[in-house]
Amino acid sequence: MTEALLEVTDLTKHYPVRAGVLRRQVGTVHAVDGVSFAVGVGETLGLVGESGCGKSTVARSVLRLVEPTSGQIRLGGEDITHLSKAALRPHRRSMQIVFQDPFASLNPRMTAGDIVGEPLAVHGLATGKALEARTAKLFEQVGLRPDQMRNFPHQFSGGQRQRICIARALALGPRLIVCDEPVSALDVSIQAQVINLLIDLQRQHGFSYLFIAHDLAVVAHISHRVAVMYLGRIVEIASKDELFRNPRHPYTQALLASVPVANPLAKKLAPLVDGDVPSPVNPPSGCAFHTRCRFAMERCRTERPVLMEAGDGHQVACLLNEGTGRPP
Amino acid sequence: MADKSDLVLEVKNLKTVFFTNSGLFKAVDDVSFTVKRGETLAIVGESGCGKSVTALSLMRLVPDPPGRIVGGTVTLEGTDLLALDEAQMRAVRGNRISMIFQEPMTSLNPVMRIGDQIVEAVRLHRAMSAKAAWNIAVEMLRLVRIPEPARRAREYPHQLSGGMRQRAMIAMALACRPALLIADEPTTALDVTIQAQILALILDLQKELGTGLVLITHDLGVVAQTAQRVIVMYAGRKVEEASVEALFADPKHPYTRGLMASIPSVPASGAATQARLNEIPGTVPSLVRLPPGCAFAPRCKLAVKRCQDEYPPLMDWGGGHLAACWRAADVAEVA
Repeated sequence: MTEALLEVTDLTKHYPVRAGVLRRQVGTVHAVDGVSFAVGVGETLGLVGESGCGKSTVARSVLRLVEPTSGQIRLGGEDITHLSKAALRPHRRSMQIVFQDPFASLNPRMTAGDIVGEPLAVHGLATGKALEARTAKLFEQVGLRPDQMRNFPHQFSGGQRQRICIARALALGPRLIVCDEPVSALDVSIQAQVINLLIDLQRQHGFSYLFIAHDLAVVAHISHRVAVMYLGRIVEIASKDELFRNPRHPYTQALLASVPVANPLAKKLAPLVDGDVPSPVNPPSGCAFHTRCRFAMERCRTERPVLMEAGDGHQVACLLNEGTGRPP
Repeated sequence: MADKSDLVLEVKNLKTVFFTNSGLFKAVDDVSFTVKRGETLAIVGESGCGKSVTALSLMRLVPDPPGRIVGGTVTLEGTDLLALDEAQMRAVRGNRISMIFQEPMTSLNPVMRIGDQIVEAVRLHRAMSAKAAWNIAVEMLRLVRIPEPARRAREYPHQLSGGMRQRAMIAMALACRPALLIADEPTTALDVTIQAQILALILDLQKELGTGLVLITHDLGVVAQTAQRVIVMYAGRKVEEASVEALFADPKHPYTRGLMASIPSVPASGAATQARLNEIPGTVPSLVRLPPGCAFAPRCKLAVKRCQDEYPPLMDWGGGHLAACWRAADVAEVA
């Protein structure tokens, strides 16, 4: 990895569970539980995991859209974990987000042009004719026509709306764009268009992506490195090729084996894990995956594995075979 | 083609239209297919292609108004479902033909115990005591591999996880041993490890019970892993039909080919970093203003004048491989 743009250290986010008339705290949701990773300049880090694993909470914490319980977030070397709203404002220009649902994340009463130009206006970077010219340029960059600036969101298709969201994220020339399931709501043929656009834009501008998705194939396609999350923890992190060729953690292996392959000659569909993901309110002790793991040992119930180097920048949190995650 | 008696379902020239403020549109336009005992037929396509309306038409559950089935026949075990009156249809629905939906939480009754919901389905179609029906309900929950079925039968839907709810839906749908099961995106709302469990379960049960299965999905991976035959739909029409092997080995329609090229795949080894995906330009057309010719022509690289003017008929490319394309012979140029 090149120089780090974003460094997240020991990020934790707990939500209280309240019940009863007095709203007393009866439990804690361990949404994110000690997550550390870094994203290099111009790099795409994919974050995969199933629903409830905490990947979206990580995304939002990085942008300070939710306040982390503990841990540290450094952007370009500067600690932004505890900056006040005002102090954070200049940093907001360097980090942007694209959400999953392009229907819910665009104001239906604003024109597409106003939506894309708003960040420029808010930060006082352009007004009047200059604002319009810059907005038109952003439209072209994402494959929309400048004459569509006068249209309202409902006049666009799902794929086009996602392009508007991307244009808005580009407006301030960010260094980091967090993409939270940006293509999950789109049809297959449109999904490919948006993925290609994201790749092209990164090549032109050299920014970094933190790319969150549940679809392994999409993540594999766009990422340079991939981190796998399970119940609020990163269980494995490696370069894309290494992770998909040589998955070490039993959970990563199960995840890969569960993806239906679009080739009828390679029929497998053999689920490697039984049961459901346990509740993050009372996550299992020790290794959170031990309740579903094929290789679970006595130690796994009590001892919490930490991410250990397993060669080639490949880190895995598994007690198997001295922490290399290799099955015996 | 197999022996006629083996056929569970035969759909001929099905036509379902919707009357809306912006005009009439043909959601399903002249679609025909058959399903044999124990066979899985996948219907694949993007949103708005008519795959779900096809399923609802088979169940006669198209909301009327605005929708209406205006033509064709749906023959289930020798009976034309479209000719039945509503009372007769109710006796068939949930009994000989049943359906599971994408979102199990919205299709289960939240204030009824799981067991009671299955009992209700069973007693509607079979004369038996409440106790005997309850035993069947528990047995069905065991069949779909829900742990501790007797206890789970007394629970409410909100007490079950998403995967468990979908299992309960399957138990309910199969409780009367239907001849045909329609599964409309049964795993789309589920996580990938749970999806693998549910798909494996559906296929196991189908084999065990000999049920015909119509699986509706947008995911070509799911198609490849589960189906024997596939129908590809685009803008309300069937554009291609083939055995799953033939379809993936040699797709004849440019849309099918484009769809296959546009899905990213998990790299086996040494895949090029960040290769561009093949994309299909443009978007799915509005069903209200379809062109006179092939609906895919505006997005098709191979389109010629004829494609714009004349809708291509389904042509047989051997072994029951049908494709509706004037340029199917030159389709290899696309990818």
